[in-house]
Amino acid sequence: MIARKYVSSISKLLTLCAVTLLSGCHMALLDPKGPIGAQEKWLIILSFAVMMIVVIPVFLMAFYFPWKYRASNKNAEYKPKWSHSNKIEVVIWSVPALIIVVLSYVVWTSTHELSPFRPLASKQKPITIEAVALDWKWLFIYPDQHIATVNHIEFPTGVPVNFRITSDTVMTSFFIPRLGSQIYAMAGMQTEDHLQADEPGVYTGRNSQFSGRGFSSMDFKAVATSREQFQRWVARVKQTRTKLDLATLKRLEKPSEGDSASYYSDVVPHLFDRIIKKYMSADTNPKKTHA
Amino acid sequence: MLGKLTLSAIPYDNPIIMGAVAFSLLVAFGIAAAITYYGKWGYLWREWLTSVDHKKIGVMYIILALVMLLRGFADAIMMRAQQAFSFGASHGYLPAQHFDQIFTAHGTIMIFFMAMPFLVGLMNIVVPLQIGARDVAFPALNSISLWLTVVSAMLVMVSLGVGEFSQGGWTGYPPLTELHFSPGSGVDYWIWALQISGVGTTLTGLNFLITILKMRAPGMTPMKMPVFTWAALCTSILIVLAFPALTATLAMLTLDRYAGMHFFTNAMGGNMMLYTNLLWVWGHPEVYILIIPAFGVFSEVVATFSGKRLFGYKSMVYATMAIAFLSFTVWLHHFFTMGAGPDVNAFFGITTMIIAVPTGVKVFNWLFTMYKGRVRFNQAMYWTLGFIVTFVIGGVSGVLLAIPGADFVFHNSEFLIAHFHNMLIPGALFGYFAGYTYWFPKAFGFRLNEKWGKRAFWAWLTGFYVAFMPLYVLGFMGMPRRMYHYANPAWHPYLEVAAVGAAIVLLGIAFQVVQLIVSIKERHETRDLTGDPWDGRTLEWAIASPAPFYNFAHTPEIHDLDALTDMKERGTVYQRPAKYEDIHMPKNTGVGFIMGIFAFAFGFAMIWHIWWLAIASALATVASVIARATTEDVDYYVPASQVERMENRRYRQLDSTSVVQVEGPDDWEPAASA
Repeated sequence: MIARKYVSSISKLLTLCAVTLLSGCHMALLDPKGPIGAQEKWLIILSFAVMMIVVIPVFLMAFYFPWKYRASNKNAEYKPKWSHSNKIEVVIWSVPALIIVVLSYVVWTSTHELSPFRPLASKQKPITIEAVALDWKWLFIYPDQHIATVNHIEFPTGVPVNFRITSDTVMTSFFIPRLGSQIYAMAGMQTEDHLQADEPGVYTGRNSQFSGRGFSSMDFKAVATSREQFQRWVARVKQTRTKLDLATLKRLEKPSEGDSASYYSDVVPHLFDRIIKKYMSADTNPKKTHA
Repeated sequence: MLGKLTLSAIPYDNPIIMGAVAFSLLVAFGIAAAITYYGKWGYLWREWLTSVDHKKIGVMYIILALVMLLRGFADAIMMRAQQAFSFGASHGYLPAQHFDQIFTAHGTIMIFFMAMPFLVGLMNIVVPLQIGARDVAFPALNSISLWLTVVSAMLVMVSLGVGEFSQGGWTGYPPLTELHFSPGSGVDYWIWALQISGVGTTLTGLNFLITILKMRAPGMTPMKMPVFTWAALCTSILIVLAFPALTATLAMLTLDRYAGMHFFTNAMGGNMMLYTNLLWVWGHPEVYILIIPAFGVFSEVVATFSGKRLFGYKSMVYATMAIAFLSFTVWLHHFFTMGAGPDVNAFFGITTMIIAVPTGVKVFNWLFTMYKGRVRFNQAMYWTLGFIVTFVIGGVSGVLLAIPGADFVFHNSEFLIAHFHNMLIPGALFGYFAGYTYWFPKAFGFRLNEKWGKRAFWAWLTGFYVAFMPLYVLGFMGMPRRMYHYANPAWHPYLEVAAVGAAIVLLGIAFQVVQLIVSIKERHETRDLTGDPWDGRTLEWAIASPAPFYNFAHTPEIHDLDALTDMKERGTVYQRPAKYEDIHMPKNTGVGFIMGIFAFAFGFAMIWHIWWLAIASALATVASVIARATTEDVDYYVPASQVERMENRRYRQLDSTSVVQVEGPDDWEPAASA
């Protein structure tokens, strides 16, 4: 009786969850827009399926055993001394172990394939975007196009985008859920993320690592467009009057929240590397650089 | 004179905080007034505050845990409410800084001041009884550990009204927690609360390690130790090995903040990745410190209420040891996204998944313990069954997070929040609740009300699913953790459901309060006259409930893993000995309580840079240790006549029950006491 109540309430909840999980296009991770995200989605689904080999029997036993061997069921066999079985021991150690062996292989290969540092194989010439985490906004530099933006990037679909990432503040994490892998951004260091969008669209990117007061609003728009539209966008940004020089950078470094997108027609050369190097020389005092 | 402390440190202008402060003070004054009214200060001092009795210390640990559970849960429900409202144009009712303090406090409190005291409390009450010892190896040290933990929790509470709490998350990642980004007192409260309680916890680990290794009753070889004691042993080993890493990490952060050093700063050669590694070198074993004792409780409960030997005891022990060892080899899985190469990430992904094997074996062992048993659905068994089913779901999400490629999209998301609550609520907390109901009669002599206990279970279980399943979904939707406000309308309904879940959990907590009140009221009907209310299998059920302060009149001799079941079968369980002997016992001491006060003063002084007080209280702490170490008057003998009186009372009590007693043989010699 009790067991049955228990079964029904939990199974109802589980079906509810399963239904919500599998439906709807709001699930960024189940509806990826690029090759990395797509691989990661299948990795999740495959591993989930393999684990069901153990999980389903456990569920069945967890409901069946207590119900069948309930104290009021005097017909069930009762063996108070029975506490060991080589057969069962072999199965309960070896089946999970085998599954882990399979998953280990999956982990080893997928981790190498999906390493955020690994450039995507493509016939297209990749485009490079340098991302700098600031309090609490993202600065993007296009070193080849010599333009820069805040909280907004555009790039053509079907072309690998090489992100070089650093932080000019605390540790943050660069993440565009629809495209896949995130990676930390840390001051004085460069990390990389190699992503690609296969479908045009406006995808939200953000910092996913808590970074203080303005963390919640530290997001940006990642716009995947056609090659032509991207060229037009670059040309438009080149028309803007403001340039990203050191004085402008200093202003951007001041903490602010909910900044709208801004655009810069030109950038001081090697600005990204200068931001990294700022933290590497011995005489830098963070108080001075941040004041 | 008062360092950085000024009146402006009190947040007068924040009604929510001042309300919480007023409420806390009201409760404290109410309790103090009640104690004064009933004239119980002397009793409290003699019988509790200065007690070195492991059972009383255990009870005090659990009281602390339950009080802090209320505080931590208040934080939880505030976060759920904020996220349910703070969407789009609305910014909820909390400013960002307040929300950030709340999630930091929630994590810190639940781990350090709810879960840790709860499991240490259970270990205190149970372990010496299970191994047939008089007390722990170092009873006064045990009292010191308790008070260091209590005053650290008090520091966190004080931060509510004086200054602020950390806004850096419970893991306190620098450089955010460095002086440059967090100049306030919050991070310092966090550091000193963790440092002081960490000393207490390390001492507890040492104490129990030595107690279990050296003080077992004759005949209790390692492979005859009850599973809970094994769990306590593994946890103690983990504490002793892991907590120094936390202490060192926090010490380095302290030097950065207080002495202008650069261990983890952005510039001057500091490196925050060092902190991240070191923190999780402690942090991952900590997860198993929390969960292994709960596994121990489940093992005891499932064997007792299935009326059967635990299935696969040996593999259970090996699995626990394997988990304890492996817990030191997986720390990097907390930051696959920090940029390590694929070889390193894959290595740590695989070691993490390997832990799933011994953990899975444990689940199977519990299931096969019920197989061909006679399962009684006691409330402790409810918690256990609820745990098994729910924990498996958490295991699945855990393996998914262990795969670096999947973690790259799950990391820092609500999926992660759902996962670790899915491990820690059913895995640790349900275990502590099971232990609380299971051993309650041993500590207090009466049982907890079943009906309210089961209602609490259903509310907790339902509330858990309603609160955390939506978070898994939100993880798939790309929602990060720790957001005080968001703009995505698709997330909103799930966060509303999650808030309802938290409300259902609140109901569960209310039912537990009712359960306690009802149980105290009806204690005369539910009195445990036999000392063995559940037909138990281990030694703690062989003695009276509540356990006499000296535990065992005679140290028992152990012949079997299920020591009590074995005695019942031989008919030796309620044997009256021919004669009693004097019992050697430790004396109560105020040193723990006094050191606690000094440690509190030291922590508070360090937080506010009141250097004279810091130096004075540090010296006073050292002086207390020296004073204690040079005292000879630390023990006494309970005369045999008093033992006999107490034991005879127990036998008279047994006479009123249907338990069969046997007279011991005349030449019966008590086993040599340890």
